[in-house]
Amino acid sequence: MKTVFVTVGTTKFDELIETVTCSEAAKALKARGYKRLLLQIGRGSFFPDADSCPELKLEVFRFKDSIAEDMKQADLVISHAGAGSCLEALGAGKPLLVVVNDKLMDNHQLELARQLHTDHHLLYCTCSSLTETLKTMDLSVLQPFPPGQPKTFADFLDKVVGLK
Amino acid sequence: MLPSRPAGGGKAARVGSSAGIYALKLERSVGVLVRSSGAVSMLLFAVLALFLPVLFIYRFYVVVKTGRRHQPGRKGYVSVLVVAGSGGHTTEILRLLDSLPAAYAPRHYVIADTDKMSEEKVCTFESLKLQPDSKLQYTICRIPRSREVHQSWSSSVVSTLNALRYSLPLVFRLRPDMVLCNGPGTCVPLCAAALLLGIMGMKKVLIVYVESICRVHSLSLTGKILYRLSDYFFVQWSSLRDKYPKSVFLGRVV
Repeated sequence: MKTVFVTVGTTKFDELIETVTCSEAAKALKARGYKRLLLQIGRGSFFPDADSCPELKLEVFRFKDSIAEDMKQADLVISHAGAGSCLEALGAGKPLLVVVNDKLMDNHQLELARQLHTDHHLLYCTCSSLTETLKTMDLSVLQPFPPGQPKTFADFLDKVVGLK
Repeated sequence: MLPSRPAGGGKAARVGSSAGIYALKLERSVGVLVRSSGAVSMLLFAVLALFLPVLFIYRFYVVVKTGRRHQPGRKGYVSVLVVAGSGGHTTEILRLLDSLPAAYAPRHYVIADTDKMSEEKVCTFESLKLQPDSKLQYTICRIPRSREVHQSWSSSVVSTLNALRYSLPLVFRLRPDMVLCNGPGTCVPLCAAALLLGIMGMKKVLIVYVESICRVHSLSLTGKILYRLSDYFFVQWSSLRDKYPKSVFLGRVV
């Protein structure tokens, strides 16, 4: 079942949850062949009912110890701009649409999302343009995101501290 | 004719007056001593007030400028104080630690007291690293958080000083070879304590800072503070390497 996984990390992002479950957005997702919508709502106050979205099969939860499995099963990830969420989705090799919370002041997390967008690793929108983006987005332009290389850090450190 | 004797008292009177003269002399000497010791102590104080800060600045300069020459790994292992900030910071630092060989031990994790999730992440990480026949190679300590997100400047100074109150005895007790940190405000008092250990000639502690991958074009506040004080300052985007030439750029490491 083609699944969309929506994640807000440890934050609260009610506007995203409301927008993605509204009828127009749900219809846009259905038109693209998605059948299941899984929402991780974090500390949000808006907890949609399972039957509030007739176009799609809706599941909702707040937190899990690990969302790796949900990421793995998703065909599309819609995420807030948090670095952890972005990197996890990209690390799982999933097409990623980042929704920026423009109500947050001094949002330093945007720097990373913007750079990754510039490098064609993810798509980018706000809550007000989400529905339109879902209708018109082209996921085929997205480039794979190579993983970080902690080994280069380890090799460098070993040398300078005198272990090597 | 017999020599005349002084009137009244005789020998006792002579002894008495000698004692009196002696006491007077002693009192005068002590008085001079007290006055001169007051002057000496003032002079000593003035010298120290001038000399100690100069010595401190000189030691600070030596520690910061020559830190990179220090190679604690030559003895075969490197003890690490790991600053585990909240959320993404902890995830990033555990990814870095995962790549390091077992010689980086023991690992002392320092977590802010209001952080609920990091301890679990650390314990899970360490349980996977545990060699079957070796004892636990890590400890977890907590200190007050230096600064909450969006906390005002003035109260941040107060809370950082409070965190320093805990950081100093902790670092002085653990005496790590290296501090590894990546951005949370909790780093600052811990790195300050590590620097102090070096300045006082007790132990040189290497300060290794890895700026978060979130920082593409600008450093975090902690990064700005520690850029010139750390021994190795890693950035993960080339735009930062260009702006901060003293930094080490190896591409993305997490």
